[in-house]
Amino acid sequence: MADELTRMSAAALAAAIAAGEVSALEVTDAHLARIGEVDDAVHAFLHVAADGARRAARAVDERRAAGDVLGPLAGVPLALKDVFTTTDMPTTCGSAILNGWRPPYDATTTRRLREAGVVILGKTNMDEFAMGSSTENSAFGPSHNPWDLTRVPGGSSGGSSAAVASFEAPLGIGTDTGGSIRQPAAVCGVVGVKPTYGGPSRYGVVAFASSLDTPGPLARTVLDAALLHEAMAGHDPCDSTSVNTPVPPVVAAARQADVSGLTVGVVPELGGEGYQPGVLARFGEAVELLESLGAKVVEVSCPHFTYALPAYYLIAPSECSSNLARFDAMRYGLRVGDDGTRNADEVMSLTRAQGFGAEVKRRIMLGTYALSSGYYDAYYGKAQQVRTLIIRDFEAAFEQVDVLVSPTTPTTAFPLGERVDDPLAMYVADLCTIPSDLAGNAALSVPCGLAAEDGLPVGLQIMAPVLADDRLYRVGAAVEAALDNRRGHSLLDEAKGVA
Amino acid sequence: MSIARDDVAHLARLSRMALDDAELDHLAPQLDVIISAVARVQEVAVEGVPPTSHAVPLVNVFRDDVEWPCLTAEQALDQAPAVEQQRFRVPRILPED
Repeated sequence: MADELTRMSAAALAAAIAAGEVSALEVTDAHLARIGEVDDAVHAFLHVAADGARRAARAVDERRAAGDVLGPLAGVPLALKDVFTTTDMPTTCGSAILNGWRPPYDATTTRRLREAGVVILGKTNMDEFAMGSSTENSAFGPSHNPWDLTRVPGGSSGGSSAAVASFEAPLGIGTDTGGSIRQPAAVCGVVGVKPTYGGPSRYGVVAFASSLDTPGPLARTVLDAALLHEAMAGHDPCDSTSVNTPVPPVVAAARQADVSGLTVGVVPELGGEGYQPGVLARFGEAVELLESLGAKVVEVSCPHFTYALPAYYLIAPSECSSNLARFDAMRYGLRVGDDGTRNADEVMSLTRAQGFGAEVKRRIMLGTYALSSGYYDAYYGKAQQVRTLIIRDFEAAFEQVDVLVSPTTPTTAFPLGERVDDPLAMYVADLCTIPSDLAGNAALSVPCGLAAEDGLPVGLQIMAPVLADDRLYRVGAAVEAALDNRRGHSLLDEAKGVA
Repeated sequence: MSIARDDVAHLARLSRMALDDAELDHLAPQLDVIISAVARVQEVAVEGVPPTSHAVPLVNVFRDDVEWPCLTAEQALDQAPAVEQQRFRVPRILPED
């Protein structure tokens, strides 16, 4: 029974709990037991909040017993990326500088999950301050890919993707700044969505690059991702960049799961040289599948996408160097060398040298360089202009097509350690996901099979215009249903890294 | 060579990070490679193109001028490295002389 519960979708679990077929507490205990079994090997979690999770589950059971109408995800367990503040759990962002930090307030997402009766199992591992594509930049050691424990689970939200793929939780939450939800989803064989920027609130999300950071859902099915998307999104007066418009009808779109009459654009700039053959093969089949399901497929060039990666690695580090100035050893977090002989400046410099890892240091210095007088126009200024051209590419494309598609990432999960000291090789993992972060539009990754050469999952990326997030779910659910139907089972049933 | 080791040492000082020699030796060549790669943005013809700082164009979002609850002093000081007289205690910020 416990094993069955951990294999169920969030939608099915919520229905079973609402119908009284199983209690929320039983569901939570089954997932806590699963974490106990496999997390030594996977290391998806930095903190498991067993007592808090059971308390939240019992509260849902009590509400049901009292006759309350439960929300669509009440009693469903979830793995929360350790970048969202939580008053009852530590929030570390995978960094030694925040080791053990207890935030004084809940993120808006945390609060909305609690109000929806979602059971937060704990906080998941991540690349330090969400900078990375493998979780290897975590100060607390990497997570492992449930398909092959010697490989990365992607990043930065790799703890959440690994938790969902290893059946430790049916739902996970990540943040996407350059691909940090979609890339780990793709390499772990799960669904991950970067909503339109400003859809879900950034309040209580420890900032990396504020003009790019977007919270979003991870799940094993497109419908589950849509249910979580709807629970997270919506205007928040605590976030000045939160959009004040209705949440797109993502759940209805996931149930519609029909692409007939839609025009799908293939972006030639996101493919070809440098892409793994097995990734391109599965992607090509997915495009043929869309055509067979009734979509019209055309090629749409987005010429400036080839400059998205360099533009991103100027804009994101610039914002990061400014945001991470708040870690000054004065008000919270680590303080090193305060022995009465050193002044504030010296203590600050010692603390930041000891508290930040190599990638964070590289990005802070890169951003400081790009913003310094004399270089500003040549680097940061140019990157901002390229950002405009990428937005124009998207706008022109969406005049011709309803959605764009590409592989989510150029390769399948790479071996742990392979790229850890080669920053540029690591950055390339986000080649296909970065354009939508720079433009702020919505994008989703859905599994589209396994690469023949290594048997590892491949993701299909679907991109939709700003605030047309529902189209992602309509197309994603159609692909998912057709592939599951053809295969006769869900892709994750083939994951062999953890039994 | 787009950036010299001395320039990287200067960036570390500006960023308030006391990096030792070994770390500078490690990070400086990596930053050089990264800066050479991102310099590709300079190839793009951008004359007359306005810069984008933010994907969603919003300006001056104000909330209603009403009182909201905020953190108590105890909550704000709860995670401080050092506290004195209900304030953050920090190392001296001015030279002694």
